[in-house]
Parts: sequence; C-alpha cells; structure tokens
Amino acid sequence: MQIEDKIADLIRKTTSSLPPDAMRALKDAARREAKGSSARMVLDTLVRNAALAARNGTPMCQDTGTLTFFVDERLRHAVTPSVVGRAVAKATERGWLRRNTIDPVSGRSIDTNVCAGAPVVHYAAAKGARPSVTLLMKGGGSENMSRQYSLPDASLGAGRDLEGVRRCLLDAVHKAQGYGCAPGILGVCIGGDRACGYEEAKMQLLRRLDDRNRCAELARLEERVFKEANALGIGPMGLGGRTTLLGVKIGSRPRVPASFFVTVAYLCWAARRRTVRIDMEDCR
Amino acid sequence: MKRLAYPFRESEVRALNAGDAVLVSGMVFTGRDRFHKHFADGGRLPVDFRDGALFHCGPVVVREGGGWRVVAAGPTTSVRENPYEPAFIRASGVRLVIGKGGMDSATLEACGECGCAYLQAVGGAAALTAACVRRVRGVHFLEEWGAAEACWEFEMEDFPCVVGLDAHGASLFAAVAEASARALARLR
Repeated sequence: MQIEDKIADLIRKTTSSLPPDAMRALKDAARREAKGSSARMVLDTLVRNAALAARNGTPMCQDTGTLTFFVDERLRHAVTPSVVGRAVAKATERGWLRRNTIDPVSGRSIDTNVCAGAPVVHYAAAKGARPSVTLLMKGGGSENMSRQYSLPDASLGAGRDLEGVRRCLLDAVHKAQGYGCAPGILGVCIGGDRACGYEEAKMQLLRRLDDRNRCAELARLEERVFKEANALGIGPMGLGGRTTLLGVKIGSRPRVPASFFVTVAYLCWAARRRTVRIDMEDCR
Repeated sequence: MKRLAYPFRESEVRALNAGDAVLVSGMVFTGRDRFHKHFADGGRLPVDFRDGALFHCGPVVVREGGGWRVVAAGPTTSVRENPYEPAFIRASGVRLVIGKGGMDSATLEACGECGCAYLQAVGGAAALTAACVRRVRGVHFLEEWGAAEACWEFEMEDFPCVVGLDAHGASLFAAVAEASARALARLR
C-alpha cells in the first residue's frame, strides 16, 4: 500500500471505529445506569451506533471534526503535508469525512478539506522502534466546550494550587452540561502559556482511558475529579444520569511566575484516536 | 413510544410532555448556523416549514447516481441558535425543532405560544440516524453554504428522539442544569 493510501485507511478506521478502551467505557457506563432511564437509552444507542459505524466503515459521528496528525519525525520526508492532504481529499470524496472546512473570511466551503492550515500536521519526536502516525479527530461541539482559566479566579474561589485546578475542572464540566455530547473526556494542561496549554490538553486526549498517570499527585486528582464530576448528575447528553465523564487526563507544562493557566480540552464520547505504524521500507 | 408523522398537527405536538420518547417520520428539513443567520437577516425560507420539522444537522453526503446518499447525520448543538429560534418559530409555523443539548427559556416560551416542541436526538449517533433517512428529496444553498450548512430535505422513518422542551413550559435541560448547580455548590 502506498503511504497516501495508508493515511486514507487510517482516516477511515479512525472515523468509523472507536478504540476498544472507549467502547468498553461506554458499555460499562450503560450497565451502571438504571434500566428504562434516558441515560441508559442514550448510552445503549451510542454503543449500537458505534458498532454499526465500525461494521459499515462509515463515520460514527457526522461532525468529523478537526483532523490533527502527529507524525514521527523519522517519517518527515515520506508523510509530508501534501501526502496527508491528498489522503484527506480522498477520504472526503468517499464520504469518510464531512465537507467540514470553511474559509472564515469569505464564508465559502473548502470542499476538499485541504488548504493552508488544514489538516493540522505536527511532527513529533521519534518514539519506539517503528515510527508511527497518530490521528485525533475532534468535533466542533466538543471543541466549543473547551476553555482556559487563569488563576487565581475569585469567582470560583480557585487559587494557584491543585485544589484551584480541581475547582476549574468541575466548573468546566458544569458549564459544558450536555452541549459537548456528554459523556465527555477532559484533557487538561496545568501551566504553560495560552497556546501550549491547549496543545498539551489536546495531547492528553491521546491517552487510553484505562491508563494511569505516572505522576502520583495528578493520578489522584484525575480520580477525584472523575468521581466528583460524575456525581453532578448531568448525564449522557445532559439528560441526567450517573455518567457525565468517561475520563480525566491531566498533564502539565512549565509556566512563568506571572501566569497560571488551567486549560481544558473537552472531548465528546466519540474518542476518535488511532495510530498506524509505518515501516521505513514502505517510504522508499 | 409515540409516533409523529409529517405534517405534524398542533394538537399532537401540544400533547407531548418533556421526557416522552418519540419516533419521527416523514419530511424533515435541516438548518443550522448559516440558515438561522440567513433567516435573521431577512432571507427567504427555501421550503415551507408550516407544520414541519427543522433539524439542526450538518450531514455527511455523497453523490450517487443523480441524487444524494446520506452516509452520516446527527444533531448539532442547538444553543447557538437561541438568539434566532423564537422568531423563527413564530414566523414559520414549524412544529418540531430537533437538535441536541436543549434551548433557552425564550425558545421554550415560543414553543408554548405557537404549539411547537424541541426534540433531543442522540448526539453523534450518526450511523443510526443516517439509516433513518430514506431519501434525500432536495437541497438548498449547497453552493453558497457547503454541504454541512446547506438546507437538506430528508424523508425520514422512525427517527428516535426524546422531547426536551414541550409546549407547556417544561424543559428537561433546565431541571438537570439546576440540580447539577446545587451538586456543584456542595462539592466546593
């Protein structure tokens, strides 16, 4: 298979198949909700929908979102932005992606989904023996629920410590209600500047839902916020219930003394992330 | 499970209660951000919404033969249309607004006044919703707004939704928002 086709195949699988850990989280959540409740109905529907999309190889959600590719730097000369762009155009033509790119000045639709700035391609440090390409697809409804706090925040009673961070995260979940297609997943960055805060928060969304944070303090904070957010009763799609979040993933970036940002990237239940390994021989 | 079929009658819409599960069949017209702005700017409505349904939706479609096939479809977040929806409901005679996440008290008021209801579809359940679209009858503003924003005419069958805002002032979302605010205050 040519590289371009491998990337197109990565797009199709990402848009149509939930990662196993995310599917498991939805099924477990459905079992915890009362039979006959709206929450149970919604979660059962999401599980059936995800299974159907995977079977058909069609998008599990019509908002195929912003596409962000993380490419191992060893593949820089093979997986170029133009190769990725051609794969995106092909996937769009075949109905694996929505015509989802708008020029904000003219208001025109860019029907190929390819232009300067789209898709987003990051080249990342080499990792592991075989280089890989990772794709994250994140819909606009959930992106609209992402937010950034600057501590201290008197309205939340949030100071510059992990307790302050906790208050920000619960506020973000409460403000999101069901608008971002709950149950959601929080990717969080403590610190950084405004730009890299969002970058790190989004990177946290690439973690598996069942992993454990290597920093003990952050692992404890993740567990606590997960439990407390689910006690808010917002529930799937904001219709009430026990499942408001499927996961909380927290990272950090160094900050300057003047700034203390807490950045929350809210992801909907459709955790569309996937990695494909690409052998160097394929690149010749 | 209540069944609703186009054209939707005022009496059957007024009989709905927040929380009711319904199946919607017949013509459903999509309209989202561009559509609402167009309406607010005084633009003409491309279809007759009287006794009809407006669906906040931007589908994934592919051309097939001379027509269109819907590959994925589902609701988009409705709160963005809060500034426009009450006037649209009053002017258009629409009976059902379908989306996700709920809408505000001004929309709730317009629903009561005009005999309209807001239905919540399951957000992102795009493969299942696409399977409910039997036929695409037409499309408007495709060139100007693109496929995700265009106004599509869908013929749907047994599209499952839950009544979110009814015509007698009840909102599922307002109740959850208030209860979760109280729960949040306890956690602080």
